[in-house]
Formats: sequence, C-alpha cells, structure tokens
Amino acid sequence: MSTDASVRPTTRALRLVMAAVVLAVAACGSGSPTGGAAPTSAPRVTVTVFAASSLTEAFNELGKRYGAVSPNVKVAFDFESSSDLARKIDDGAPADVFVSADQPTMDKVVSAGNASAPRIVARNRLELLMARGNPKALTGLGDLVKPGVVFVLCAPEVPCGRLGALALQQTGVTAEPASLEPNVKAVVSRVTSGEADAGVVYVTDAKAAGASAEGVDIAVAGDPALEVVYPAAVVRQSTHPDDARRFVDFVLSPDGQAVLRQFGFRGQ
Amino acid sequence: MRRGRRPWPSAVVVALAALGSAFLVLPLAGLFWRAPWTGLVDDLTSSEARTALRLSLVTSLGATAVAAVLGIPLAWVLARFTFPGRRLVRALALLPLVLPPVVGGVALLLAFGRRGLLGAWLLEWFGIRLPFTTAGAIVAEAFVAMPFLVITAEAAFRNVDRRYEDAAATLGARPATVFRRVTLPLVGPALGAGAVLAWARALGEFGATITFAGNTPGRTQTVPLQVFLALESGRPGLAIALSLVLLLVCLAVLVGLRDQWLGPLRRS
Repeated sequence: MSTDASVRPTTRALRLVMAAVVLAVAACGSGSPTGGAAPTSAPRVTVTVFAASSLTEAFNELGKRYGAVSPNVKVAFDFESSSDLARKIDDGAPADVFVSADQPTMDKVVSAGNASAPRIVARNRLELLMARGNPKALTGLGDLVKPGVVFVLCAPEVPCGRLGALALQQTGVTAEPASLEPNVKAVVSRVTSGEADAGVVYVTDAKAAGASAEGVDIAVAGDPALEVVYPAAVVRQSTHPDDARRFVDFVLSPDGQAVLRQFGFRGQ
Repeated sequence: MRRGRRPWPSAVVVALAALGSAFLVLPLAGLFWRAPWTGLVDDLTSSEARTALRLSLVTSLGATAVAAVLGIPLAWVLARFTFPGRRLVRALALLPLVLPPVVGGVALLLAFGRRGLLGAWLLEWFGIRLPFTTAGAIVAEAFVAMPFLVITAEAAFRNVDRRYEDAAATLGARPATVFRRVTLPLVGPALGAGAVLAWARALGEFGATITFAGNTPGRTQTVPLQVFLALESGRPGLAIALSLVLLLVCLAVLVGLRDQWLGPLRRS
C-alpha cells in the first residue's frame, strides 16, 4: 500500500518511537521511592473497599482520615454501581468491604454467602438534578413530561435507577427517560455536560456537583419504599477481615459520621 | 509458499505457538463450555433479546450504508489523486481504528451533542437530535466501522489495472461510465469484503454507542450493550447467550472472508 519512498521515513519514525518507549519503561521501572521511609515496623495492609459510586467523594475523604489514624493501613476503593460490584464480589473479586446503595443488592450478596452482618452506615435522599441555570425551568418530577425535556435515569438494576423509576411511578409521571445510565455519576455527567436537562440522582451527588448543576429535592421523603440506605459488610473472601471490620467501625464512629454529614449524607 | 520438505520449527517455537493458540482459543472455548444450553433458546427468544437483536441489525446495516456512501468516494480520492495534506487525511480516516471507542464516543458528543460544534446548529436549525436516538447509534457505529471500508476500498482502487479504464476511455466512455462499468466490477469483491468487515465491526461496537447514543431498550440498546447490562442485572445466562450469537456471526464473517484477507495482504 505504501510507496517505496515512504517506507524509510516510516521505519525511522518507528525506531524512534520504540526507543522512546524503551526509555520510558526503563525510567518508570528503575529507582526506589525517595523521601521518608516507612514510619512503623508493622507490615502495610491494604483494605479494598467496594463502594457504590454515590459514595465516591465521601469515602475518598474517609479513606484519607482513616489513613491518618491507622498509618499502617491503606484503603483502596473501587467505586461503581452497587449491582456491578455485587457481581464482581460473587465472581470472587478481592474485596474486603462492600458498601451497597440499597438493601436488596446487599441481601443478594449475603444470601449468596459472600458477605455477613451488614450494618447501615449512612442514609441519603433522591434529588432531581438540573443543568446550571435550570434553562427548562423544571420545578419537580412532574415537569419532566413537558415537551422537549430530556432526562436520564440510572439503569433499573442500579439502586438509584430502581428508586428513580419508583419515584416517577408514585408521582404518576409517565415520561420516558432518554437513556438508562450504568451508574449515578454517569447521570450527573449527562446533566453537567448539557446533554440532558435533568437526571435523578442523590442529594449528595448534587452537592458534589457543586456549581455546575442545581437540584430540587424529590418530595417523597418519609416514604419507606424510597428510603436510601447504605449497608456495609465484610466480604467473605477478605484476607484481612479484622482490618476490614475496623474500617467499617471507623465509618460508624462519630468522626466518620461527621465526614459523611459534611458531604450531605444523613447518619446511620 | 514453497512446497516440498522443510524442517520442523524448534521445540521452543512450537511451544510458544501452541500457547498463542491456546490464549486465543481458551476464552472462546470457555464461552461454549459455560453456555446455558438448556435455557438458551428461551433467553434468545425473550422479548428483550429479540428487541436488541433487531435493533443491532438495523443499526449495523445503517452504519455500513453510511460508511459506504461516505467511505468509498473518500477511498477513491485517496487512491487516485495527490493533493496537499493527503497523508493527513488518510491518517484521520484511519484514526477510529486505533482510537479507544469510548474516546470516539466522547468526541462525537463534543461534535454532535446538544452543545456540540455541529450538534447545536443541527438542533436549532433542523430540529435534528442525535444523542439518545437510533440515528445516533448508527452514527457511532459508522464512526468506528468506516476505516475498515476505506482501507479495503483504497487498496482495491489502487490495484485496478488502469489500462482497462484507459481503454474504455479511448473507446468513448465518460468517466462516470468508466467507473460504473469497468472500475466497480473490478473492485466489487474487495468492496464487498470491506463492507462485511465494517458491518461486523459496527455490530460489535460498545464504547462509542453507550457514550454517544446512551442506553434505552428498543432505541439504542444494541446487543453488546445488552450483554453488559445483563451481566450487571444478574442475568449471566442472557449475556452468554447473546455473546455466543455475536461470536458465531464474527466467526462466520472471518471464515467467509479468509481469501479476501490474504489476497490484498499478499499483493501489497
């Protein structure tokens, strides 16, 4: 396909690229970390927490605070939809703690024998998120049927999608969502990027989105079917069950609960 | 390839070759091994599977049509004319081949989304909206599939013996007639192969589709999206069943086109 004249420059370019790659790999692989040596003699433990994506900001902060009080423990997170995380745990993923965004997903993992003794660590409420400035002047779920309004929900197997659909059903809104996103942060992205006019998320996601979006509380508070709870449990295949339990204890402690409230969650 | 007796390759080469085949074959074998044969027909004839299969057929054929209408003229121009920036245009035409599909999806949003470069204008002047629509799914699939058609078509146009075209011209045929009655029949098989490859690629597209077109059953939830979400909703049986269908389609395409694969590669 290429002419003779163009082969040589291409080969030369290829050699340059390969040399650069080799150098980069050598640079990354060599050398030990400089700076302060490890302060304690205890071995460094990593606690892997699988947490629902709505917990991203709050739990990142909790991980930092926990690292300060227990220096030999490092907390690593995997934030995805609770349903995705549940599937990974059932497939044997190396998690220590699982924090789900609803009870049914946790119940599925517990009844499969992969987690035990869940404890509720936080609560949340649903919110309707709109783009900054609320250009379509939406005041609540009822306005979603207005012509030309594009809104998105989480997929029905994801907790916030199940609750969002339930909230729509209970308010009698029959409008169809334009898309069913794989997790709640994807819904936030659709709204803040301007692709959708509104999306059903949690109060904490609206708070985390800050100035790039506005929110309206979905006034179905007090309805037990729409209550958002976050049960946390130690995973069966955890290699550090004691450290895992201590992290959950920290989340339940007054310090941990204060962090959660700072991000807009309600305490357990 | 020379016939006649050749020495066997060394044991190391044979071992590595065997490992290489195993690496590629084992996952596919696993798919067949774990397929839920008993529930397979039920899964595949369920209404959701049929909706996704029908939608995938529509979008992949649509994407192939778009790729053909836009890609064949582009390949013709690249093959027959020299102009400043030709190398750049060819590189851009082939970019979706190496671009991560989800990046393609993000780029499409920035170009054709509601606030996109072209999208805002399309919406305001023509009321055309692409994200979250079947047309959007077709655009996403065409974006990733077009390079396959452009590559094959360009190679085919280059390999046409120009003397046939010149002879037709001296006999009085106009350029359009030459193209229609001399060039096209000569490149037909290659174009067909390119179209089939593009179709298979469009059928299997996931990242660009879910990012640009979103996920709505019946409108944008193609088979790959449904496989992903079936896994998430705890329905691995449906996921495996649909995966088998896609796998068999791809195998059929590759086996059917094996002569076309080797032909152009040997010539260039």
